[in-house]
Amino acid sequence: MDETELRERVDALLAEHPPASTQRMDFLHARFDAGLAWVHFPEGLGGLGLPRSLQTVAEKALYKAGAPDNDPRRIGIGLGMAAPTILAFGTDEQKQRYLKKLWCGEEVWCQLFSEPGAGSDLAGLATRAVLDGDTWIVNGQKVWTSSAHLADRAIMLARTDPDQPKHAGLSYFIVDMHDPGVEVRPLRQITGEAEFNEVFLTDVRILDSDRLGDVGEGWKVANATLSNERVAIGGGAFPREFGMVMNVAKAWRERPDLRTPETHERLLRGWIDTEVARITATRLRQKLAAGVPGPEGSAMKLSFARINQQLSALDVDLRGDEGLRYESWEMRRPTHVDFFGRDAGFRYLRAKGNSIEGGTSEVLRNVVAERILGLPTEHRVDKDVAWKDLPR
Amino acid sequence: MTLSPSSAAPADVSLLPDDVETDLRASVRKVLEKRAPTDRVNALYDGTDDVTGPLWSAFVELGLPGLLVPESLGGAGASAREAAAVLEELGRAAAPSPFLTSSVIATTVLVALGDTTILPALASGEQTAALLVRPTARQHGPTALTAVGLPADVLLLPEGDALYAVRGATVTPVSSLDMTRPLAEVDLDGAERTLVSADAAAAVDAGLLTGAGLLASEQVGVARWALETTIAYLKERRQFGRVVGGFQALKHRLADLYAEVEQADAAARYAAATLALGDADAPVAVAVAGSFCAEAAVHAAEEAIQLHGGLGMTWEHPAHLHLKRAKADAILLGSPEAHRAALGVLVDLPAPTAG
Repeated sequence: MDETELRERVDALLAEHPPASTQRMDFLHARFDAGLAWVHFPEGLGGLGLPRSLQTVAEKALYKAGAPDNDPRRIGIGLGMAAPTILAFGTDEQKQRYLKKLWCGEEVWCQLFSEPGAGSDLAGLATRAVLDGDTWIVNGQKVWTSSAHLADRAIMLARTDPDQPKHAGLSYFIVDMHDPGVEVRPLRQITGEAEFNEVFLTDVRILDSDRLGDVGEGWKVANATLSNERVAIGGGAFPREFGMVMNVAKAWRERPDLRTPETHERLLRGWIDTEVARITATRLRQKLAAGVPGPEGSAMKLSFARINQQLSALDVDLRGDEGLRYESWEMRRPTHVDFFGRDAGFRYLRAKGNSIEGGTSEVLRNVVAERILGLPTEHRVDKDVAWKDLPR
Repeated sequence: MTLSPSSAAPADVSLLPDDVETDLRASVRKVLEKRAPTDRVNALYDGTDDVTGPLWSAFVELGLPGLLVPESLGGAGASAREAAAVLEELGRAAAPSPFLTSSVIATTVLVALGDTTILPALASGEQTAALLVRPTARQHGPTALTAVGLPADVLLLPEGDALYAVRGATVTPVSSLDMTRPLAEVDLDGAERTLVSADAAAAVDAGLLTGAGLLASEQVGVARWALETTIAYLKERRQFGRVVGGFQALKHRLADLYAEVEQADAAARYAAATLALGDADAPVAVAVAGSFCAEAAVHAAEEAIQLHGGLGMTWEHPAHLHLKRAKADAILLGSPEAHRAALGVLVDLPAPTAG
């Protein structure tokens, strides 16, 4: 199928289900069934087996026709992490059962990976899953789970064999977040609000048919999920003067009284760094579309973290006396990160997380140095030791 | 090309090399490996130039001097993208060549003016030309008494809005920080001058804009050489019974440098692509690349010196050639500060007013 035929298919969907007179969810179901949800997915699973680059053709045509979307921001973890993992490792039954509701937003997904004792060293995690007949019984604690309080399902890593070295004893599961053994508590951050959660798992029951990949194969499956996360963080398209520089530039233009030579220098540097990141992300997308993915994606996150932190600090400094104010320390539960509806102090504090979440900058530098530049790997004293025998 | 309004939008251009650029890059690299090996470039600093002439002859064989000259005047009618590929390789080799000053800057000025008398000789490589402006200039301004790109057969002398072709000036080489880009003093007394155009200010600015934008590609070449050479060395060098590239302090520095060089590469390509199309966003793209790539090249070359340890401080190792080239390139055609100041005007982020 080429671009013309794809457009014809979009037109046919719109003719059969006019957005103006079709219920939102009915339209989304029809779009999924027509293979126009994610065109690079296989037929029968919301796609048409087309190149990923053609997705924007469908998106743009549907947007132009006023069709409803699936509110991707609300279901980002499902779309960006769970779906590609289910597609790559799921059984036919799992794909049929989960992908449609996930894409249409009928089920919100979250990700249960990090633990209090397993952050950068994710493979050292301690949540245990023990098989009892055809059911796994899970006990443990997860942390930094965004959307857990809204989620219906989760992708989860748990230890199924403590006698194996840490990477080899993990398995990957789909969890029903409505299980009575799942308790979600807000995790308050330095900003005052709680975007994330702690999730306590007590005798949570998971059918073996909700395991993704083989027993002991969890690390391999998780790596597929995490590489998708990094693509999602590093590969987005964005316009010029976007992100953290936007508010600073706006303040600079509106408030000549705030301008100093030193902040001018910092602003121009930040503007240039942001623009260069935009160009680099554009080139990365062009490479992906041409079928030659560039390895520089993992380096992009390093740059975004640094740019966000430098510019959000400037944002506070620039405002002088006003930089001393803070809008509110009230404990809130936002559904997504909102940098721009908030004041400079919030942005400054929240951006501190950018070099920690989704892989710390320190670990990412190791990843870049080892996997892209081919430098020697770190000594791993725990690599060949049974997990249960590791000091902790 | 005139300076764009501040509202210029990003151009939708390909940032990937096409087959022509890739082939060109490969041929230029081959020529440079043969005609500009490290020892010959190094000898420039001791007063022996066995490289500029032979390298230029090889460039002539490849048709590079006429890359930006229209086909009707004997050139290749290529674009800034191809010139950028050549410059990146020149930066990688830190090789001396009048390509930037004659085949890019002077040629762009003359093409913009519709010249048909000087360009054919530049296209064939029989003659070279150099625009006489201060080495730091990014826009047409005071005439230089000290200039790069010399000696050249034709000097293009801006005076007010006019441009003259000068022949027979007295040119005295002076020792320069970067001997791969020779510096000279010019005495115009008794030289013969011919008016090229009475209204050349925009053409001169276009030449300098193109020069500054494509210099960014040369800076990327310098930076890539420094990064790759340093990584290769740190994979071999052993201390404390280990390959030193395994020390995390060094791995992290190289990871950061890698990110910086990749970004510089993208910024330089964007500048070349907008210049090739004459896009209204070119001045912004050039200011961005001019600031970012200059600093990336200096940073990469400085890291190369430090991470090579004592070896990096030796005359024998080529790291110093790249450090000197990077440092001089960061002054030539506008310092990073000058590019940022220009950008502030272009994107409506004005400097604070004094007082």
